[in-house]
Amino acid sequence: MNSSIVKLYVLVLALFVTVVAFTSYWSIVDAEELRERQDNRRSLIEAQKIPRGKITTADGTEVAVSVPQGSGNQRIFTREYPQGELFGHPVGYSFVEFGQTEIERSENDVLIGRDNEFVSLLEQLEGQVDEGSDLTLTLDAEAQRIARDGIQSAISIPGTGGSLVALEPDTGAVRAMVSEPGFDPNQVPDDFKQLNRAEGSPLLNRPTQNPQTPGSTMKVVTATAALDSGEFETSTTLNGDSPIDISGVPLENAGGESFGTIDMADALTNSVNTYWAQVGEQLGPETMVEYMERFGFFRDPPLDFPPDELAPSGIYNSDRDLVRDGFDVGRVAIGQGGAEGQILATTLQMAIVSAAVANQGKLMEPTFVQEITDPDGRTTDELDPSEYSDVMSEETAAEVSEMMTSVAEEGTASSLSVPGATLAGKTGTAEIDLDAGINQAWFMGFAPADDPQIVVAATIERCQGCFGGEVAGPIATDVMASLLGG
Amino acid sequence: MSARNRELFALIPVALLVTGGFAAVFIVQSNQIGDLSLTYGAYFLAVCLATHLLIRVRLPYADPYLFPLVALLAAFGLVVMFRIDESLAVKQASLFVVGLLLFALTITLLRDYEILERYRYVIATTGIVLLILPRFPGIGEQVNGAYLGIDLGPIEFQPAEAAKICIVIFLASYLRDKREVLVVGARRIAGLILPPLKHFGPLLVVWGAAMVMLIIIRDLGSSLMFFGAFLALLYVATSRISFVLIGLAMFVIGAWVLSSTVGHVGDRVEIWLDPFGRGAPDGAGQITQSLYAQADGGLFGRGLGSSLLELPGPFKPDCAQPFPDCGSILPAPHTDFIYAVIVNELGLFGAVAVVITYLLIAERGFKTAVLARDGFGKLLAAGLTAVFALQAFVILGGVVRVIPLTGVTLPFISYGGSSIVANMVLLGLLLLISDRARRPVGQ
Repeated sequence: MNSSIVKLYVLVLALFVTVVAFTSYWSIVDAEELRERQDNRRSLIEAQKIPRGKITTADGTEVAVSVPQGSGNQRIFTREYPQGELFGHPVGYSFVEFGQTEIERSENDVLIGRDNEFVSLLEQLEGQVDEGSDLTLTLDAEAQRIARDGIQSAISIPGTGGSLVALEPDTGAVRAMVSEPGFDPNQVPDDFKQLNRAEGSPLLNRPTQNPQTPGSTMKVVTATAALDSGEFETSTTLNGDSPIDISGVPLENAGGESFGTIDMADALTNSVNTYWAQVGEQLGPETMVEYMERFGFFRDPPLDFPPDELAPSGIYNSDRDLVRDGFDVGRVAIGQGGAEGQILATTLQMAIVSAAVANQGKLMEPTFVQEITDPDGRTTDELDPSEYSDVMSEETAAEVSEMMTSVAEEGTASSLSVPGATLAGKTGTAEIDLDAGINQAWFMGFAPADDPQIVVAATIERCQGCFGGEVAGPIATDVMASLLGG
Repeated sequence: MSARNRELFALIPVALLVTGGFAAVFIVQSNQIGDLSLTYGAYFLAVCLATHLLIRVRLPYADPYLFPLVALLAAFGLVVMFRIDESLAVKQASLFVVGLLLFALTITLLRDYEILERYRYVIATTGIVLLILPRFPGIGEQVNGAYLGIDLGPIEFQPAEAAKICIVIFLASYLRDKREVLVVGARRIAGLILPPLKHFGPLLVVWGAAMVMLIIIRDLGSSLMFFGAFLALLYVATSRISFVLIGLAMFVIGAWVLSSTVGHVGDRVEIWLDPFGRGAPDGAGQITQSLYAQADGGLFGRGLGSSLLELPGPFKPDCAQPFPDCGSILPAPHTDFIYAVIVNELGLFGAVAVVITYLLIAERGFKTAVLARDGFGKLLAAGLTAVFALQAFVILGGVVRVIPLTGVTLPFISYGGSSIVANMVLLGLLLLISDRARRPVGQ
């Protein structure tokens, strides 16, 4: 019987080894896959137990706070947004069932403390490893409010929208970013489906995600390419009559006005389409594309924002693909195009164009992050301006800047002003539906023109018989005035 | 060093485990646990020491490692229980005191285990009645489709735990009588060695009993445990592997037929085969949560008290029962799935430590069987050890998806009085056999 007993023991040994083998499989080999299964809610629930860091604006307005529910081991935190709709964009939301979007998503690691280096051993022993850092944004609540109210009241056609971006040209700090129609993040848990289908796509962050026809604001890019490439000077004259054949098709100036032989400064002041289309044709697609790329077109803008919530600006064909040749360069140069290539730009991109001009040709990386404070109050990170690209020479920047100042003094933006500061800018009025008289209104610019502190780009996507200078311009100058005044 | 002094020294790691484990949980969850509960760890150690002294007097030659190994498992269970719920740990500690009292009664009253042979039919009948009890209306209760428990007012009891000892005693005594005829009378028919027809009957009866049990208590795990112990004993008694294979084949066929007719058993099998399947029956969430808990643990685990167990506020389902019966991410964390909690918090390392402890107990148990000088003692020790090891395997295997999940307890670790008490009696019997086996000749 004894040998049978020994064999029985070997069998028991084999059974237990199998148990250990399976345990190893689940806990080590297959663990990653199991952790990521859809119905495994562990990580979601764990994330709720972490007090997410507070988000405030540069002026101290609380934008997102975590509110505890329950106590002890059962305590979890949910997100509340005291400012409601005002910062729905670009702060986004963070809820367990719906995940995170926008800044809540791009700064998630900071907000849940995953990047915190200063956790002591004792804190780890106590299981208190996770606590989020607080985030101070570069945004200004007052400017955001003025921009939001302005855009909101300028939208006249239901189901359409508008957006605005304000930047500090020398630091890249985003001071305001508005997307209308907006949404109240507090309503996301209850009304997500409704918001997702709502007219005007309130969940879409237009200034970063929705490239539109930039119209004449594009002429600033063309002017930069013309001057910086050395092929043109501000005094270079061309025929500014209307119409003139561009790519074999007649092109008209606004209102069919003819300007005769004019120089570049006059052509920008009066936004002469035929002049700038000829400039585009003479520069050729290669030079135009090169300068657009220097400004950041053709790729995601360098903003600290979730990549899939950023859309590149550039020349899109009718299949919605970016193209670098084969397009009507004359029409792209004035912010239009055709089926083979249409220039589309986000509001953020146009703000970046102005910022490069305003900052003597140097483009700074735009950012939302002013300061990060860890749970013990230590500042772990703060805005450190970094240059993204050298778009143009200082000389070119000064010349373009001067021309943009004339636009605001005597040209299409002469009705606009900022109290106590000279304004430089460019209007844009893209004709969307000629028969119905529907336009897209644009304004971009900076102030004070001689020492730029703030850049704003604003657009109202659809309005009837309107012009950029009268619809988008006043909102932009109000925002500038607010930011310069503070 | 004498056997008893070795036993005393072997209790030192147990003391360290209880002290260290309780302290760790206390530090992590100090905001919810009262200081008083720490003293239960001390009581537990005091009771262990007292038991050791009793063994010293009553069974001076018994195996010195069996009791410390069992105490180690118990200490482990107590620490994990303390982590799950403070009050459960307190109850579990008192159940150990009850268990140890029965252990003491067993080794004091049962001076000669051969008496058991005389009453084998009484014992067998008792075992079968115990097994059927849960189906009696009024006292039986159904848990997750299986009839495993009876409810006698204040006492809930799982009779299968006691029944397994009765049945092993009966089988050991029956096979000691019949092993020779089974071996000598065996014939070779069509290449298979079959037991003589005359004695085949009783074996068929045991098989039939296992099948009936499957129908009555509807629990594949218990049925597997009982029938497995029977086959183990049959093999030890006859050394005929063909008997075991025939028995196993009969069991598998029977279980397969039954699983397609008894809905509850069939569901368990289906969940086991594909727990993630879209059409998996209700209850598949149990095993997937078990696997998620293990995946969360990894190599070293989350640390005692640091894994996610009790669902926080909004995730908590609506239910009247308190945690851990309800509101735990892992179902039944203190009973069926305690091994998943161990993997979650102590990782693969902690889990392997537990499995090794069971293996060591099995090793000491089988060694006792080898050393036993009388046939009955040999078979009884082998049978008790086999049923103990199988019980551990059936629940561990269910939790890690080696076999379909069933509702037996993890001996000495999971929460539950009947399991602790019955397994303490089992330990007492093993030590009785061991004491006689190791006693120097002539004393």
